[in-house]
Amino acid sequence: MSKLTTTAEGIRRLVRDGDRVSAACGLEARIPFSAGHEIIRQNKRDLTLVGPISDMLYDQLIGAACVRALEVAWIGNVGAGLGHNFRRAAEANPPQIRIVDYTNLTYAIGLRAAAEGVPFGVTRSLFGTDIGSQREPFRKIDDPFGSDPVFAVRAIPVDVAIVVAQRVDENGNAHVWGNLGTTGDSVRAAERVIVIAEELVAPDVIRGDPNRTLVPGFLVDAVVIEPGASHPSPVEGYSERDHGAFEAYHRATRTPEGWALWRREWIDGIADRAAYMRKVRA
Amino acid sequence: MNARLLMVVAAARQIHDHEVVFAGMRLPLLGFAVAKATHAPNAVGLFENGLIREIPAAGMVVTMGDGPNQRHATLATSLIDVMGMLQRGHVDVGFLGGAEVDALGNLNTTKVGSTRLPGSGGGSDIAAHARRCVFIMEHERRRFVERVAYVTSHPSGPVTLITTLGVFALGAGPARVVSLHPNVSRERVAEETGFSLDYSGEQTTPEPTPAELEAVRTADPTGFWTGASQ
Repeated sequence: MSKLTTTAEGIRRLVRDGDRVSAACGLEARIPFSAGHEIIRQNKRDLTLVGPISDMLYDQLIGAACVRALEVAWIGNVGAGLGHNFRRAAEANPPQIRIVDYTNLTYAIGLRAAAEGVPFGVTRSLFGTDIGSQREPFRKIDDPFGSDPVFAVRAIPVDVAIVVAQRVDENGNAHVWGNLGTTGDSVRAAERVIVIAEELVAPDVIRGDPNRTLVPGFLVDAVVIEPGASHPSPVEGYSERDHGAFEAYHRATRTPEGWALWRREWIDGIADRAAYMRKVRA
Repeated sequence: MNARLLMVVAAARQIHDHEVVFAGMRLPLLGFAVAKATHAPNAVGLFENGLIREIPAAGMVVTMGDGPNQRHATLATSLIDVMGMLQRGHVDVGFLGGAEVDALGNLNTTKVGSTRLPGSGGGSDIAAHARRCVFIMEHERRRFVERVAYVTSHPSGPVTLITTLGVFALGAGPARVVSLHPNVSRERVAEETGFSLDYSGEQTTPEPTPAELEAVRTADPTGFWTGASQ
């Protein structure tokens, strides 16, 4: 049965207030900006965003007050540095968001534990750091088979993973290439999965190159075909990073008023991604 | 000779031939390209987003996910695969930067006072597992502190710190001056450094060779990173 739908319908059906959402799997590439903007338009609330890095998408969700907590390794605007909405929310007194600080590797290890259905993973990172002194995600434990201690990283559960693929069939089997980040584990860890792809292809195309299949369709709940869904982040083989858009966002959002104007122009005033792409190309 | 150019070349010289490098972004990534083009043609670059490269990117790269950094990679895989190799001990040298550094080589990229910064990214893991680290930073007193406010990254090996003023060695023992850039005085360095320095081995940072300059121009043709405006 076809799982094809629209971003708006997929978000309406599969993202719930209070969810733990992974919308950052490819680090600086394949970021589902269209889905993030739809989450903002639908006014989802109290989300916990997880991920290694999402470039400026998480900054936008924080600015729109969709976010209660962050469990991330890095947050900001990669080309420009900091994310203004994130800073305002984190520096408010009292803070408007709760932050659990990971490192890229410890995030990936916690996510993999969730993807494999075990309670924790282990790492030799974190020794001597203040990150490692956070008790909620990390505990120093003895190696049961040896003498040196290691850090346990608690499994990072995910309610809904939103991932961008290059191509997908109507059952959700998806080919992804370029750097993969944490895409595979995000899908395997999640309770619900939305795949957003540049192209719809026949199942035979997927089966013609199974090593390229990162997402098995049986884990997928919704399939969206939406060219440009990742703009301004790059999709290898389809589009380059639009550096100017990241810089413009950085300049525009220095103040809350600037963010409100940016949001009105690029999110609230836009019906869907097709309209967004027409505006980008205008 | 502008400081950025000296820093890129100094970074390149930290990479030895056949080494495995966590090259990061910005100036270190240029340093990797310069090293590959000059004295270290067999160096291998690892990227935490899941890429492994044996040849530098052909084209301007702002983030490691950019098209030019993806194309002609040798391997494109998952974050945990590449960072797992780092944890396993396969990386010789890792490049990092931060808001604050102290004489022990600790880096802070998380928070200073009420100011919230972006966080570790892969930095803390690189510091923990690379055999040695190279930090690249603006040399300012507010950044060079006795003790960092928050330890994001704690290096397990020796640290070479390349700044806008010179090259320094951090880690075991007191912080040492390796070299000061041409026309930089000890007084200027002391003003901008919040911890004491041992000058006994001080030299002058060598000027780039013609081959290194040529390699920088190839890797940064528009001078975006190393031009006079920087």
